Amino acid sequence: MAVDKSGLVFKPMDQFVVKPLFGGDHVGLFTVTNVTFWMALAVVAVVAMMVLGTRRRAIVPSRGQSVAELAYGFIYKMVEDVAGKDAVKFFPYVMTLFMFIVMANFLGLLPMSFTTTSQFAVTVVLALMVFVTVTVVGFVKNGTAFLGLFWVTSAPLALRPVLAIIELISYFVRPVSHSIRLAGNLMAGHAVVKVFAGFAAIAAVSPISVVAITAMLGLETLVAFIQAYVFTILTCVYLKDALHPSH
Amino acid sequence: MEGQLAHIGAGLAAIGSGAAAIGVGNVAGNYLAGALRNPSAAASQTATLFIGIAFAEALGIFSFLVALLLMFAV
Repeated sequence: MAVDKSGLVFKPMDQFVVKPLFGGDHVGLFTVTNVTFWMALAVVAVVAMMVLGTRRRAIVPSRGQSVAELAYGFIYKMVEDVAGKDAVKFFPYVMTLFMFIVMANFLGLLPMSFTTTSQFAVTVVLALMVFVTVTVVGFVKNGTAFLGLFWVTSAPLALRPVLAIIELISYFVRPVSHSIRLAGNLMAGHAVVKVFAGFAAIAAVSPISVVAITAMLGLETLVAFIQAYVFTILTCVYLKDALHPSH
Repeated sequence: MEGQLAHIGAGLAAIGSGAAAIGVGNVAGNYLAGALRNPSAAASQTATLFIGIAFAEALGIFSFLVALLLMFAV
């Protein structure tokens, strides 16, 4: 992304640079960076919303309590519908995932903020946690019968080895697509906003650019929620596979 | 020269985003067509709709990722 002849500066990817928060350039294992800061802020925001929001337990809920109750009911119904009744004991995990991702996404929409979920390091850890959990739960619940997930008994016998290979590959690609979908969507959206912001420097197109930024931010608000929803619902789908591996 | 070829490659990878757009449109359009035929069954299928959109979109995101890698990592 170079400076072109008209003096326009496009640096849409600069917003994703991980920097130490308290000076210095070295990012070590325990350095407090803008990523960790905004992740911590997301956790604090979730706690404030869920714990403080429901503390009064009013029969006629306040606005904060309604939001907390709606989120709870929404995820609970999703787990029950998609993953089945016996998956409800994983509800706290799924709820935590959803609230963290949705809050991190929404915090990323604030001006001058940092979108933690646009970092592959963050989403890969989230997706790997889901992958490991699902695999362990699958084997603990079903024993070797979990491998029936790869052995499609409804297909003709000659096809089954081929299908087993395809199923195996698709199983191990899950954490990859699971994490890259979230980070890629968030990163692409924010980069597009920055590109339009770069156009705002030209006087002739700046009104269009401002309108475009507004529209993109509206779309990004939608994407922020939908991607958190998709991440959670795929977690539920994987959990269903682990609990009921037969096709 | 190689850097310029990488930029051309990134542009070619962006075609994948368009292909993913077709896929997402296909999923959403077919959902809408089905939902208008049988509106009472539509609400129960929104989860499937989003899963379908997510799968179609993921491949476009992969091509976006390839474009990013070509631009910044090669």
